[in-house]
Amino acid sequence: MTAPVFRAVGAGALLADFGDVIDEALFARVVALDRAVAAAPPVGLVETVPAYTSLLFVFDPLVTDHVAVEAHAARLIAPGGDFTGAHTHEVPVCYEGDAAPDLAAVAEWLGMSGEAVIAAHLAGEYRVFMYGFAPGYAYLGGVPEALHLPRKAVAVRGYPVGSVMVAGPQCLITTLPMPTGWWVIGRTPLRVLDAGAGRPFLFEPGDQVRFTRVRAEALV
Amino acid sequence: MSVARLRIETAGPLTSVQDAGRPGWRRFGVPPSGPVDRRAFAAALAATGGKEVGIEVSLGGLSFTCEGGPVAMAITGAAVASVNGVEVGGWCVVTLQPGARCRVRESGGNWGYLAFAGEMDGAAWLGSRSTHLIAGLGAGRLEAGAAVSIADARDRASVSIAPPPEAEPVAVARVVLGPQQRFFADEVLARLTGEPFAASARFDRMGMVLDGPALTPLRVDMPSEPAVRGALQVDGDGRVSLLTADHQTTGGYPRIGAVVEPDIDRVAQLPAAAALRFAVVDAGAAVALTRAAAARDAAWLAQVRAGCRARGSLLTANLVDGVVAP
Repeated sequence: MTAPVFRAVGAGALLADFGDVIDEALFARVVALDRAVAAAPPVGLVETVPAYTSLLFVFDPLVTDHVAVEAHAARLIAPGGDFTGAHTHEVPVCYEGDAAPDLAAVAEWLGMSGEAVIAAHLAGEYRVFMYGFAPGYAYLGGVPEALHLPRKAVAVRGYPVGSVMVAGPQCLITTLPMPTGWWVIGRTPLRVLDAGAGRPFLFEPGDQVRFTRVRAEALV
Repeated sequence: MSVARLRIETAGPLTSVQDAGRPGWRRFGVPPSGPVDRRAFAAALAATGGKEVGIEVSLGGLSFTCEGGPVAMAITGAAVASVNGVEVGGWCVVTLQPGARCRVRESGGNWGYLAFAGEMDGAAWLGSRSTHLIAGLGAGRLEAGAAVSIADARDRASVSIAPPPEAEPVAVARVVLGPQQRFFADEVLARLTGEPFAASARFDRMGMVLDGPALTPLRVDMPSEPAVRGALQVDGDGRVSLLTADHQTTGGYPRIGAVVEPDIDRVAQLPAAAALRFAVVDAGAAVALTRAAAARDAAWLAQVRAGCRARGSLLTANLVDGVVAP
């Protein structure tokens, strides 16, 4: 495995870039570095932000600089990485009626039955790769290839919080009622972002997610 | 000790409560938020001795009635105010008497700030009252009918506030190239510094679209990477946007560069059609520029604090008429 490329980002951040390909082995190195930094942070570090292929170091430029942060980070890079210690979350999903407004369209697009779409979605092994777009929007990789479909041409509004949606190889559980071009195939009563909680985010990047099927009564 | 209450009558769609921001949660998709123009916000707090929290005003302005009080209010940034129909301008401290009607509107830029001598209320989320506007998290957007309470409200003398060291609109913003400069051909990179850009009216708390040459990327198939405030993000058509306070924490559009810390908020303040050019600096220079600006800003804010305090006590002593808080 090659060492990451470090790239300066403005005055107060540094990106450790591990490559251009989305895969678990590469992402495991991102997570490993993120954990190593959490255990031994460089002076002046504000926070780190993991993504598919890179880890961002945000630092206070009044205290440190790119050179010092890179030197510290380079010492923490391991040749590989695994997801030891990552949690596995079971997420109940209702795939019925109002909770699954796009299920029929997805089934038609893919030439599958609705039940086959549900079975394929349940069979996926999902990994939390990163958060983005908006608070609590966790991008889950691992959608089975049979379910890969492009996003809609136009974003649609009106989906409630907890909508489970797919586009391409990704799956996402909404935390806000925002317009989206992804396909909503179910809904969960679980909240990825609970604004009332002390630690309000359900997943850490690197965690695994398994979906289980529940009836509509579970949504109440 | 008195309590003042601001009863909001009209508010533009981008009007919200802010504090210094909410760092530390980017990994969960939460940007720091806070004021778009951090210098102007800090000056409003320094001039009133306000406790951390203020109001950010933009397009559409804000009008409200003050109940209770009196309370001193600072107006900074790109905004001017009138009190009971009398223009008081901007970059000043005025006192609102009970029943005063105040109108604030943007002037000469995009973002204005109000802070009050006392303790403004507002709900905290993750330890900060800053509002993430599209999510509605934090103390929140101010809308018609809302009320804001200021505990321990105090009077202060009317004074003007010295504007920041860099008061004139920014003409050349310094930029560190990258981190996704590999997505741009050399001649497109050259256009960033060689051709003129301009501010546009298409802005919100997430960012501002810039007018200028298309900086079309070679491809847009990158996996989403983390983004920062100040990033110059380029969409598939080559349109450039500056990311600001409520920016997305990750995104799949390449960032051609990042504006250096002291210039970010000044670009965000530029009114539509204001001319802008970019100059490339290296990362070391960006850090040096940031440190120099921070030292200048700290000295200026100390002056604002001292100026308002000294004149405040002097004039208050001459104006004692029974409404001065202890």
